[in-house]
Amino acid sequence: MTAAAHAMTPVPWRIAATRRETSDTFTVNLEPRAGAAGFPFAPGQFNMMYLFGAGEVPISISGDPTTPQKLVHTIREVGPVTRAMGALKRGDTVGIRGPFGSHWPVVESAGADVVIIAGGVGLAPVRPALYQVLAARRSYGQVALLYGTRTPADILFRKELEEWRSRFDLQVLITVDRGDRDWMGSVGVVTSLIPQAKFDSGSTLAVVCGPEMMMRFTIRALQDRGVSEDSIFLSMERNMQCAVGFCGHCQFGPKFICKDGPVFSYDVMRPWLAIREL
Amino acid sequence: MDENHLQLMVGCASNLRVDAGQFIFHEGDPANELYLIRSGRVSLEFFAAERGVISILTLGEGDPMGWSWLVPPYRWKFDARALDLTRALVFDGECIRKKCEQDYKLGYDLMRKSVAIVEQRLEATRLQLLNLYGVPAGTP
Repeated sequence: MTAAAHAMTPVPWRIAATRRETSDTFTVNLEPRAGAAGFPFAPGQFNMMYLFGAGEVPISISGDPTTPQKLVHTIREVGPVTRAMGALKRGDTVGIRGPFGSHWPVVESAGADVVIIAGGVGLAPVRPALYQVLAARRSYGQVALLYGTRTPADILFRKELEEWRSRFDLQVLITVDRGDRDWMGSVGVVTSLIPQAKFDSGSTLAVVCGPEMMMRFTIRALQDRGVSEDSIFLSMERNMQCAVGFCGHCQFGPKFICKDGPVFSYDVMRPWLAIREL
Repeated sequence: MDENHLQLMVGCASNLRVDAGQFIFHEGDPANELYLIRSGRVSLEFFAAERGVISILTLGEGDPMGWSWLVPPYRWKFDARALDLTRALVFDGECIRKKCEQDYKLGYDLMRKSVAIVEQRLEATRLQLLNLYGVPAGTP
């Protein structure tokens, strides 16, 4: 079997655990079937997850790259396939192809400050980057996680966020678009957190993930703060189907999001993000 | 802002200390103050019987709060509630308005700074209305 053919063949993995994160988002922990091995992955990469009889979707890996034998995906139920995946339970089997795509340049940025900015379910694809930074915390300067979501009920990974907030070597800022009486945190868009974040604009890796509109405004705010275009990295999302650059569904300008991305530096993406028809 | 104008502003200023949970102003009350938050956090919020409290913005250290002292009929449009122990400088709106009438340069400087902040808040409000974190239709 060729490498390309292998990349097109789903491998069965078993659901080891599921956890509901919010009303429309859940996390699945997967384990290889007996005798099979896991695979290493880099933060920012994704897998194609195949639910037999329903379809296949690209899902970013949300687990810890330092423990690759545990595969973790966090999925928002937004369409027929992901809604069907919401019914998965322990012991069920799904098909996995991957890992695919480029990665957040965390290792390559050792010595710099790191600011991770996530919107909504975009916290899932950046979580592996934060794990990687925290695993080698002394290799980085200031580290900040800025997270924005619609309401307090939409916050992902609550317990973990609380643990991260209690660390002295990590600044965690969270904001929601609409609060209620019980919400004692910030209300406002995620860009409003950028002026409060502690990082040196001249030596910072900026990791940005969320809906494209959120990323565009975030990039502008980072640039206002003096962060250069080649230090800002985004995770792009398009209609990825084959995941290996054959089918062309995810072509974006001269790039295939699945093969050349999904993680790109902003200086590479800038000319194409400004074109309405793309 | 030059030293003379700062002195003019200081002449209209006093200190405020509010405990967590206390309201600084209520919707509909006369608005005659500009606040500059020195420490703590304040929630700007709205109460609707059918929806309860809706917090629309959190302000913190260094943020100015309140435009209603500048625009007739000088009434607050929202409630302001301290989330933490909050300290602020309070500028008497009527006092500032009088000084701006007497010194148009001060008025212009203050208005220019105010418009820059209003512009930021307007953009933030637009982003909130856009539902930035929504997922596009057609996602599998």
